[in-house]
Amino acid sequence: MRRVAGAFPDASSRLAALEIELTERCDNDCIHCCIDLPAGDAAAAAREMTTSEASGLLDQAADLGCLQVRFTGGEPLLRDDFEELYLYARRLGMRVLLFTNARRLGDDAGRLGGASDDGEAARGRARTGERLADLLARVPPLVPVEVSVYGMRPESYEAVSRRPGSFAQARHGLERLLERRVPVVVKAALLPPNRGEMHDLETWARETVGMTQPVTYAMAFDLRQRRDDPVKDAEIAALRVAPDELAAVLARDRDSWRAAMSDVAARLLGPPGDVLFACGAACATGRSVTIDAYGRAQPCGYVRAPDLTVDVIGRDGRPAASLAEAVERFAGLGELRAGDPEYLRRCARCFLKGLCEQCPAKSWTEHGTLDKPVEYLCAVTHAQARLAGWLQEDEKGWSCPDWRDRVAAS
Amino acid sequence: MSESEVDRVTLEGVYVVSDDVVAREIEGEVVIVPLAAGVGDADDELYTLNDTAIAVWRRLDGQRSLRDVVALVCDEFEVRPDEAAEDVLGLVGELARRGIVVRVPGA
Repeated sequence: MRRVAGAFPDASSRLAALEIELTERCDNDCIHCCIDLPAGDAAAAAREMTTSEASGLLDQAADLGCLQVRFTGGEPLLRDDFEELYLYARRLGMRVLLFTNARRLGDDAGRLGGASDDGEAARGRARTGERLADLLARVPPLVPVEVSVYGMRPESYEAVSRRPGSFAQARHGLERLLERRVPVVVKAALLPPNRGEMHDLETWARETVGMTQPVTYAMAFDLRQRRDDPVKDAEIAALRVAPDELAAVLARDRDSWRAAMSDVAARLLGPPGDVLFACGAACATGRSVTIDAYGRAQPCGYVRAPDLTVDVIGRDGRPAASLAEAVERFAGLGELRAGDPEYLRRCARCFLKGLCEQCPAKSWTEHGTLDKPVEYLCAVTHAQARLAGWLQEDEKGWSCPDWRDRVAAS
Repeated sequence: MSESEVDRVTLEGVYVVSDDVVAREIEGEVVIVPLAAGVGDADDELYTLNDTAIAVWRRLDGQRSLRDVVALVCDEFEVRPDEAAEDVLGLVGELARRGIVVRVPGA
């Protein structure tokens, strides 16, 4: 018998990983969030996939050899059928990566923001929180639950979440997981209200949560995935951490950052040419698929361009394709070529492209096209390159013919 | 299952796949995934089986004794009965120690 630890034997499966956004609704209203409808948005809830539709897609994914599903949102635990879908996926032999704010796991700690309350409802939610935590302990997800943390104090957390009581509720939910020894990873978003709390957060993550890896920070916040709110997009863009500061945060542990940059240098540097999906990510091969809350398959959660979207649940008279057909369609994305002149002048010739987050998804959320450079990401990448000693001030990665020598000398 | 119980794996025993695991066949490979906590050596470990182990695994149906399983394996593979018995007892013992298969009581 051969044992496989810590890795799934996905090389032979047609679909390595599935992501399902179970809902776009969330019980927080975070200042930086790119996908959050109000928790009580009845119209959105009514459009969401039903339990049987979602479980049917899980069946199809299993038939394609998929062994991992990510449940995300919005806040996936808002779905009343979360436990059912979770167990369904686990009984199909999938491991389940859960992205959550943990509030619903602790929802006897405080009220849902803005909601009226009564004793019966509060008791029901407490049972829900305990039941969810018990379920994750009894039937482990096989991969750590990823909990987003927005601050170390109620004032900072709730300045981000904009929901009174959310800090205590999320902490209580997290504690319930830790009490039950459910593995947890916390992720942070570096924002003005919590900017001074990095040390406290990292100490807490290490000593209380038990994390052995450094906390990761979201800093280059994505604009609205649906491109539906220009006002919110402007607010999100204003919250992005300045490129040089972002690079400094990434390099705060200089040794591990140097090691990571050496790895990038060894594997990823070099002009990519006009191949649009240049990073070789699974989304460009059809081996990873995201399904939104309403049954539309996409190469990833951010690429919502209509011609890269496949309905896998029939709605409003529209016929549905199978998940296998969507996978087959996305498998051809690696053939797409960029046509934007600025992209061809800069990104296609930039030796830093493998370090840069520029991709069709980021271009889509930022510009509504797949191949237009995102200036902020370009600035972030150049800031990192300067910090690494690869570039001088005002130099650009697309006009640096001796880049190999510089990287070797750094 | 305790070590002493595993030690008692005999050819007369009848075993069945535990309800606490899920077995998936992907492109001819059998992948065993823990469902409940406490199965396997750690909660994030998976197991895959080689061809002969798959042949044994498919016959652990809660009806056949391991002696019957050995006979069927000998029919399928060119292997001596004593070698097959050793392999089957070793494999089932390993699976039982990890809680992946369980002995059918009274069988």
